[in-house]
Amino acid sequence: MDGGKGFEDALTGEQKIRNFNINFGPQHPAAHGVLRMVLELDGEIVERCDPHIGLLHRGTEKLMESRTYLQNLPYFDRLDYVAPMNQEHAWCLAIEKLTGVEVPRRASLIRVLYSEIGRILNHLLNVTTQAMDVGALTPPLWGFEEREKLMIFYERACGARLHAAYFRPGGVHQDLPDALLDDIEAWSHTFPKVLDDIDGLLTENRIFKQRNCDIGVVNEEEILQYGFSGVMVRGSGLAWDLRRAQPYECYDEFEFQVPVGKNGDCYDRYLCRMEEMRQSISIIRQAIAKLRDCPGDVLARGKLTPPKRGDMKTSMESLIHHFKLYTEGFHVPAGEVYAAVEAPKGEFGVYLVADGTNKPYRSKIRAPGYLHLQAMDHVAKGHQLADVAAIIGTMDVVFGEIDR
Amino acid sequence: MTAALRELGTHLELKRADCILSWDVTFGELNVDVAPSNLVDFVDFLRSDSSCRFSTLVDITAVDYPERAKRFDVVYHFLSMYQNQRIRLRVSIREDDMVPSITDVHPSANWFEREVFDMFGILFTGHPDLRRILTDYGFRGYPLRKDFPTTGYTEVRYDEAEKRVVYEPVSLVQEYRQFDFMSPWEGADYILPGDEKQEAK
Repeated sequence: MDGGKGFEDALTGEQKIRNFNINFGPQHPAAHGVLRMVLELDGEIVERCDPHIGLLHRGTEKLMESRTYLQNLPYFDRLDYVAPMNQEHAWCLAIEKLTGVEVPRRASLIRVLYSEIGRILNHLLNVTTQAMDVGALTPPLWGFEEREKLMIFYERACGARLHAAYFRPGGVHQDLPDALLDDIEAWSHTFPKVLDDIDGLLTENRIFKQRNCDIGVVNEEEILQYGFSGVMVRGSGLAWDLRRAQPYECYDEFEFQVPVGKNGDCYDRYLCRMEEMRQSISIIRQAIAKLRDCPGDVLARGKLTPPKRGDMKTSMESLIHHFKLYTEGFHVPAGEVYAAVEAPKGEFGVYLVADGTNKPYRSKIRAPGYLHLQAMDHVAKGHQLADVAAIIGTMDVVFGEIDR
Repeated sequence: MTAALRELGTHLELKRADCILSWDVTFGELNVDVAPSNLVDFVDFLRSDSSCRFSTLVDITAVDYPERAKRFDVVYHFLSMYQNQRIRLRVSIREDDMVPSITDVHPSANWFEREVFDMFGILFTGHPDLRRILTDYGFRGYPLRKDFPTTGYTEVRYDEAEKRVVYEPVSLVQEYRQFDFMSPWEGADYILPGDEKQEAK
């Protein structure tokens, strides 16, 4: 390509301009992981962009076919490692749908509580690192401090800060101690203050607005064409939230608002995420109040779940059951289901094909980031090179789930 | 929920009897079997029909059944944000069959079809850019087929002498552990050591 529309011979060498190709990544701090993107630039304007993904491909779906249902659960933590428990949730829901197991109410409430903690974990990371991508340094430091507290709540519930393996088919692994509930509630009263601080840093910040307003605008037509979900939809004014539209777990008994944006640009999506964190706080408080009134078991006792420790000391059947469960695993009746949750990034789904044995015949993981990144070429076209970082940030891509 | 899906299934059968091979509602989800030749037409109908409006493509994937004559099931999931419903389409194909691409109707099918091609080797006709997507540059074979070993065929390491990453055939220090959990009381067809002599008689 050249700049001079057909008058090539009259141009000097300097005037002969061709488009410039650059590799964005795979090791770039704004790529949020290992994304290699081949950008074709006309000056500073992006003409074409071709994301090369798969650098973090671990073959999760193939590995899952040779492991039992329970052994597969920890793989889900490693998909979107920013909000691990939300992924496990989809896997548990798929298994419960096939086996028809009813989750005890207390376990259901704990799942809601930790899903919302996961949502805050994710949005804190996303909002603050997006600010870093456009030039601010303080927000990530403040945000990560709060993330650290949330990770400790993860650790106190299940023993691991990140790779929780806490949600199990039929409930959650262990009950929460009362002291932990008190601490989460105390945190939920201090966190809005931190959120207001971040708000004060960013929302009316001139540079932040200049870098985000009117960047990466998507409208309703594009949402449908490119299969967006989550905040990418809500930022453009469509109040679509699976927690509200197709309630799973016990989300239908919680009161929360679904924030929507107006313009569908990066700035509106930032505002949506900030408001969703506030809504999550409200859900967390409601869940804690409900949990206090609802003591009881956290696992649906049966074939899917281990027997109580006490029973194992006295009953031979329990001991056999425990041994069989953790070696052979449980068998899931044949059939195929699709279970989706509103993960912080959008619709995270699992398509599970079972053949009646103790291993999934096929499981397909549907990651929201995969579709968002696919639209990169369409959304980034015509933007400046510097805006590419802002668009990647707003799409909220994490390569654990995209590459699987 | 199930009643609404049954209604939808009946509606589809009435409107597009030529496309639908069969349909059922199981586990509260609507499954429709479609012939590959009618796929694009039917997907377009699902998107535009006022009582369906399945305008969001959720997922495309495939399932491998090596023992069947029609080896692969290509599975499409659609969502209607307007009617708040989901639908699953299944297309059965032979190993050497090609599936028409739906990228003209749903641009988001692009990467999904590339992934299915990458993982199963199913070709999509009319796809603008059918390259591998998730596997390594220069990868051979189709990993999610049932006859592909989980360990793969090659492994990589950094070679200090050559100062580059080298590809080598997989060498397993220990046999890959595949446990057999089939119960001898539940229909597993075992040949116990010594039984083959019985056969020979």
